[in-house]
Amino acid sequence: MAETESTKVLDEIKTKFGDAVSPDEREGYDGYLVRAENLLDFATFVRDALGYDYLSSVTGVDYIVEDKMEVVYHAYRTSGGPALLFKVQTQREKSVVPSLVSIYPGADFQEREAWDLLGIEFEGHPDLRRILLWDGFHGHPLRKDWREAYFEEDQKPFGNRWPEGKVYRIEDKVPFNKNVKYPANFTPEGWVPEGEGTLYASLGRMEKSNGNGTGSEHIVVNLGPQHPSTHGVFRMVAELDGETIVDLKPVMGYLHRNHEKIGERNTYIMNMPFTDRLDYICSMGNNFAYALSVEKLMDVQPPERAEYLRVIMAELTRVVNHFWAIGFLLNDLGAFFTPALYAINERELILDVFEAVSGSRMMCNYFRFGGLARDLPPGTAEVIRDLAFERLPEKIDELERYLTENEIVRVRGEGVGVLTAEQAIGFAAAGPVLRASGVPYDVRKAEPYSIYDRFDFDVAVRYNGDVYDRYLIRVDEIRQSIRILQQAIQDLPEGEIQTGRPQYQVRVPAGESYGRVENPKGELGFYVISDGSPTPYRYHIRAPSFINVTGMAEMSRGQKIADVVAILGSIDIVLGETDR
Amino acid sequence: MPLGVSIIFSGSGAWQQTGGRPLFAEVGMAEDVNQETPIPEEENGSEFEIPEELRGQVTITTLDKLYNWGRRNSVWPMMFGLACCAIEMICVAASRYDFSRFGMEVMRPSPRQSDLMIVSGTVTKKMIPQIVRLYNQMPEPKYVLAMGACASGGGPFKEGYNVVSGVDKFVPVDVYVPGCPPTPQALLHGLITLQEKIDKQSIQSVRWYSKQASEPIPIPILGPDLIDPRDLPDFAERQAAVEEKAAAEAKT
Repeated sequence: MAETESTKVLDEIKTKFGDAVSPDEREGYDGYLVRAENLLDFATFVRDALGYDYLSSVTGVDYIVEDKMEVVYHAYRTSGGPALLFKVQTQREKSVVPSLVSIYPGADFQEREAWDLLGIEFEGHPDLRRILLWDGFHGHPLRKDWREAYFEEDQKPFGNRWPEGKVYRIEDKVPFNKNVKYPANFTPEGWVPEGEGTLYASLGRMEKSNGNGTGSEHIVVNLGPQHPSTHGVFRMVAELDGETIVDLKPVMGYLHRNHEKIGERNTYIMNMPFTDRLDYICSMGNNFAYALSVEKLMDVQPPERAEYLRVIMAELTRVVNHFWAIGFLLNDLGAFFTPALYAINERELILDVFEAVSGSRMMCNYFRFGGLARDLPPGTAEVIRDLAFERLPEKIDELERYLTENEIVRVRGEGVGVLTAEQAIGFAAAGPVLRASGVPYDVRKAEPYSIYDRFDFDVAVRYNGDVYDRYLIRVDEIRQSIRILQQAIQDLPEGEIQTGRPQYQVRVPAGESYGRVENPKGELGFYVISDGSPTPYRYHIRAPSFINVTGMAEMSRGQKIADVVAILGSIDIVLGETDR
Repeated sequence: MPLGVSIIFSGSGAWQQTGGRPLFAEVGMAEDVNQETPIPEEENGSEFEIPEELRGQVTITTLDKLYNWGRRNSVWPMMFGLACCAIEMICVAASRYDFSRFGMEVMRPSPRQSDLMIVSGTVTKKMIPQIVRLYNQMPEPKYVLAMGACASGGGPFKEGYNVVSGVDKFVPVDVYVPGCPPTPQALLHGLITLQEKIDKQSIQSVRWYSKQASEPIPIPILGPDLIDPRDLPDFAERQAAVEEKAAAEAKT
C-alpha cells in the first residue's frame, strides 16, 4: 500500500519537475533532493497537489567534507501516513535557501533557529534574527568547524586527559578559566553591546492616529524572562494599544543548553539521559522518541514486555503532564496554587512509580535501544493497576467537578486565544493545541509506532481552539490515557525486557532517521544522522514546545495583556524543550 | 496562662553573665517548661531575681538568638525557576514536602521582597545578566542557594557554549545542593542547612549592618561571548599568558 502510494507520488513529481527534483540515493537516506530555485514551487506542489499540509520539521545539516549545507524538511498529511522528506543543498559558505514561511508559516522559528545555529540564510524570511542566542554572538555553533572554549575534542569519550601522566584541567587553557571564546583581535574594553534594537524594530511600532489629530503611541511591555507566569525563563515582548495586544514577539534562548552540540559529541547511549532534560516533565516520552529513532537506524525491535512497559510509562507521563498543565493553567488564571496542589498530589503518586522502576523521580533515563534499563520491581504492577483502575479515574472526575463548570475558568477561557484549524495546521502546532482547534491529528493513530495500534482509544478533539478547549482536551486525553493504561496493564506479558545483550556502545549503521512520538505536548521528533561512528553526525530535536509558540503572536493579537499569560499557559510549554 | 509570652531580651552581655548559657533554652519553649517546674531563684544561675508573677511568662535570651530565630523561620524565597530543578522546587512547595513547615512558603515574584534566591537550574550566558541584576535588587540580608549540579558547577551541560559553569562564578553562594535534580528531600536539607547557617550569624558582625555598604555586582555583558566586567583591565595580558603557556606546552 505504502509502496504504491510512494511510487505514485514519485511519478507525479517526475512529470511535474523533471530533473529539478531527484530522489535522494545516498545509502540509508530517503526523500527528494530539490534544487534551491525550485523549492518554492515544489513546496507549493507538495502542499496543494499532494496534500502534505503539515510541515513538521525544518532543520539544517552541515556536511563539511562534501562542502555542502543541507536543509531537511519533513512534511506530513494531517489525514495520517508517513512523511515526505525533501532536502535542499547549497554551498557551505554564505548558504542561502528560499524561505518557506509564505507557504508553511510554521517554518518561521525553525528557519530562524537554522540561521542562528548553522548560519543558513533564508531568503524572504520576514524576520530573520537570531532566536536562541543573542545578537552579536560570534559564529554559528552547530557548524562542524565551530569549536567551543571547553572540550574541543570531536567526540566523547575523550582522548587521554592525562598526557604523559600530567593532569591538566580544560579550564586552565582558556583565558579567565572560563567557558568563553572571543574572536581574534577582539578587545572587550571598547565593546559596545548590540542591544535589542532589532527586536524592538521587528515589532513595527507605529503612531496611531484617532482621527482628531491627537495621536497616541503604542507602548511596549516586556514580560519575563523573570516573571511568575512564564513557566520558566520565557520572555514576551508585547506591543500594546491601551490594554490590547497589537503585536507580540516571543524571545527565547534563556535556557539554551546546547543540547544538539553536546549530543553530536556524545555517544548514542550517552544522549539518553540528556533527552530527559528536554521536556523535564515528560522524561519517559523523550526517551521513547529518541529510542525509536535510533532503533530505526539499528533495525532492532524491543521484546513484547518492553513494548508494553514503554506504552505504560509513556501514558503515565501523559497523565502527569496534563495534570501539571491544568494545575498551572489555573495558576495563570489567578487560582493561585490550589488547583495545582490537587494536580501535584496525583503527580507525586505517579512519580513514585517512576522512582521505583528507574531510580529517579524526574530524570528517568529508563529506555535503552532495543528495550529498557530494568524490569518492574515487585509490587509496582499492582500500584499501576490501582492507579489506572481506581485512583486516577476518580481524581480526574474530582478535578473536573471543581474546574470545568467554574465560572472564572469559562469566562477567562472561552473565546480567548483562538487558533482556527487552518492556522493551527499552518503554524505546525502539535498535540493538544492542534487537536483543540478541531484537527484530529495524533501520531499514535496517524502513524502508529510501538504497539499503539493494539489499543482501543479515541483521539480527543475539540473545535473552538480557545483556552477553554485546550483545558478540556487535556482532561479528555487523561481519560484516554487511563483507558490505554488499563488495557496495557491487563495484557502485560511476562518475558525479556531487552533484545540481545545490553550494550554500552551501540553500532549504528550510516543513514538518517526520524523517530517521532505523540508526546504530551505534541509531536516530538528526533532527526538523527549516523555516519557509522560512535557519535551521531547530526542530532536534531523537533521540539513541540518550541514550534507551538510560533502561533503565540497570532493567538494573542487583539486580546488583552492579562490574557497572554492564560494563552501561554494553555499552550503548555516547557523551557527545557523550547530552548534546548 | 496567657498565650502571649512577654520577652525580656538583652544583648550578648547577659549571655556572658550566665556563663554562656541562656536562662531558658528556647524562646518558644519557655512557657511550657516553666509551667511544670519553675526554676528556683537560687538555681537559675543569675544574679537577677525573677518575680513570682513573671515566672513562666518571661524568658531571657540573647539578641542574636532572637534575631536569628525570626529570620530563620521566615526565609522568603524568590519565585524564580530556571530549569528542571524548578519543578522539584515547586514540589517542595506543594503538599507532600511542604516547606511552609519552615516558614518558607511565601514565594515572592519580586526580588525586592525576598530573602533567598534559589538558583534552580542551568545558568546560561544569556540569562546571567538578569540573574546578577535580580541578585543586586534583593535587599540585605540575602542568601543564595545553588540547587542542583548545573547551578553549582555547570552540571551535565558544563561544556556548552551558552552555559555558565556554576552561578558562583558571579554571585556568592551560601548553600550548594547536589543532585540532578536534587530530590525534594535534598532541597529541604539544603534549606535546613541554610537555617543552621543563619543561626550562627551574629548581629554584631553581619555584613548588612557593617559600615561599608555592599557593592552591587557588575552586570555581565553579552558580547561575541559573555564578558565579565571584573575581568576587563588585564584581559590582553591574561590571554597572552594563556597563549604563551600553551605554546610552551606545545614545544615540550
